Amino acid sequence: MTTLRWIDYAVMLAYFAFVIGIGAALRRYVRTSEDFFLSGRSIPAWVTGLAFISANLGAQEVIGMGASGAKYGIATSHFYWVGAIPAMVFVGLFMMPFYYGSRARSVPEYLKLRFDEKTRGLNAISFATMTVFSSGISLYAMGKLLNLLLGWSFDASILVAAGIVLAYIFLGGLTSAIYNEVLQFFLIVFGFAPLVFLGLRDVGGWAGLAQRLAGVAAVNGYAPGAYTRSWAFMGHASQNPVGVEWFGLVMGLGFVLSFGYWCTDFLVVQRAMAANSMTAARRTPLIAALPKMLFPFLVIIPGMLAMVVTSRSAVRPAIASAQATGPAPGALVAPAAPAIGSDAPAPGGGGGIVPAKLDPRTGEPLRDARGRVVLDYDLATPMMLVHFFPAGLLGLGLTALLASFMSGMAGNVTAFNTVWTYDLYQSYVRPGAPDAHYLAMGRYATVFGVAISVAAAYVAASFNNIMDFLQLVFAFVNAPLFATFALGMFWRRATGHGAFTGLGAGTLAAAAHHGLSLPAGAAVGVKGGYLGVVTTYPSELAQTFWTAIVAWVTCFVVTIVVSLVTRPRPADELRGLVYGLTPKPEDRARRWYERPAPLAVVVLTLTVLLNLVFF
Amino acid sequence: MRLDLRTPLGALFGMVGALLAGYGAATLGQPGTAPTGIPIDLVWGLVLLGFGLTMLALARRARRDSAA
Repeated sequence: MTTLRWIDYAVMLAYFAFVIGIGAALRRYVRTSEDFFLSGRSIPAWVTGLAFISANLGAQEVIGMGASGAKYGIATSHFYWVGAIPAMVFVGLFMMPFYYGSRARSVPEYLKLRFDEKTRGLNAISFATMTVFSSGISLYAMGKLLNLLLGWSFDASILVAAGIVLAYIFLGGLTSAIYNEVLQFFLIVFGFAPLVFLGLRDVGGWAGLAQRLAGVAAVNGYAPGAYTRSWAFMGHASQNPVGVEWFGLVMGLGFVLSFGYWCTDFLVVQRAMAANSMTAARRTPLIAALPKMLFPFLVIIPGMLAMVVTSRSAVRPAIASAQATGPAPGALVAPAAPAIGSDAPAPGGGGGIVPAKLDPRTGEPLRDARGRVVLDYDLATPMMLVHFFPAGLLGLGLTALLASFMSGMAGNVTAFNTVWTYDLYQSYVRPGAPDAHYLAMGRYATVFGVAISVAAAYVAASFNNIMDFLQLVFAFVNAPLFATFALGMFWRRATGHGAFTGLGAGTLAAAAHHGLSLPAGAAVGVKGGYLGVVTTYPSELAQTFWTAIVAWVTCFVVTIVVSLVTRPRPADELRGLVYGLTPKPEDRARRWYERPAPLAVVVLTLTVLLNLVFF
Repeated sequence: MRLDLRTPLGALFGMVGALLAGYGAATLGQPGTAPTGIPIDLVWGLVLLGFGLTMLALARRARRDSAA
């Protein structure tokens, strides 16, 4: 168990004081519901851009991408260079003119303007439910990690974090969330950059890391570069640790899931809608794309390093002493690791400093079907922090970790209070009330959004499979949504009945495909196969990508078919909502980098270069 | 903009940087404070301090420009 010193606590307390202080300072600027929910559309592009990326920088990003880095290597960068940047460019160039130009206050409200009330209602209910559960899962993961890492009380950890997020959103609304997200962005960058530097220095730079990971690849039956080259082994699913071939990757991740998330998820789109002009709104995802493409170096490389860092490396005294005396049950200490340069698996099956996953009943390491120890990859990044950081810097690293959890939660809560107030309460419960009433409702929604998140954290703690189940539901709902938006924005013939039926059919098709398929080695249940196993996939990711493809294609086809047999809306009603009926936005900015199109070219060129460098 | 974000950003990082650099200087040479041979608290504290001061200077210049 890691013991913190006063300096670590001082760094954390300074951060907590500033985030609440920002909320208090912004309270006097919140006078209308638009101020609270949309920041009065007054925020400059650089701030909304960094908030756009930070709202997505939750636990899944920092812990999850570190875990994937340890498990899959540099191929995890596909989640950025294929699975994020192209979609961010697309939403900035082509979709933001409709979101921002239509003056819709939320993504579900755009669906109402473009299609009809029932399509908005369906999207609003599913989105509001998903946001509070996502927020709860983020809280649960944080409480569990702090309990394991520092021995802090699970209850106290989630209540304090939830209380801080509640305080700053309640006071300053979306502006406060956005300002704090920018603060959290810089904290995450400055908290993790030295980890990458120290880790790479310890293993002899990128060349040293590649050499050691070649050993890990050999042990797992892959070619030497399988963990350090992103495309070279994507020809066949069996040749790479991800277990996916290039077509499934590009179509499933790069197209359906990526565009489904970045182009339609109100959590991120809301940041751009708070920008102070159309040009600023369009530049928001493009500005976000610049740091986003560099994030693999910050969050994936620590995971890769965790697989090869050894006990001969620089080890903090606390860990060294814990190893000398033997770990307490459940304590987070580095396991014995293979000698430098050795290809042999670690005693007990640990990989580098990634500990084995323990059976909660027996305390023994879990083993897979082939008898190999299952590693707890989620601990890869936290292990790196306690392994390399001395007191002081450890406080900064842990604060960065807390910031990532809190920014993820705040993003969900601000999206929830807006959708609840505008799309559900104002539409179905109490339409026509004074603006002050909706402002007050937004604050109440913040309180009960946080309260439901805390409850969801306890639900997640009680059920082993709840997180897998919810991730599944998110995939079912999000994947077909992009087909609805793509047709809605770029095909004027698409109708409300078509959109509604297509969304339902897409979700059902996703459930059917998932129920009829199973990843290799998984048991029938929440992982799939509950309708009978018709096909198996080499990995869970491959199954997810293909489920998304099936959902998207079904939604796309059904929406077109139903639209063609139902009556479209007159063209006059669709101006500003559909491409072809909306004037192209003019960018009057003087400097080239203030205009979206040249910025998009730069972003895409850099992304192609990064793919080539790590090919 | 209502509150120049660079002000709290600069103040937080300036403060944390000063804390870290001060702690790093005070514990210089003690075991466990220099992984891989670098006094990282001191070095990174100075980096954070520099970033914080830059942000504060930019916020101050923007205030002066808008007042002029």
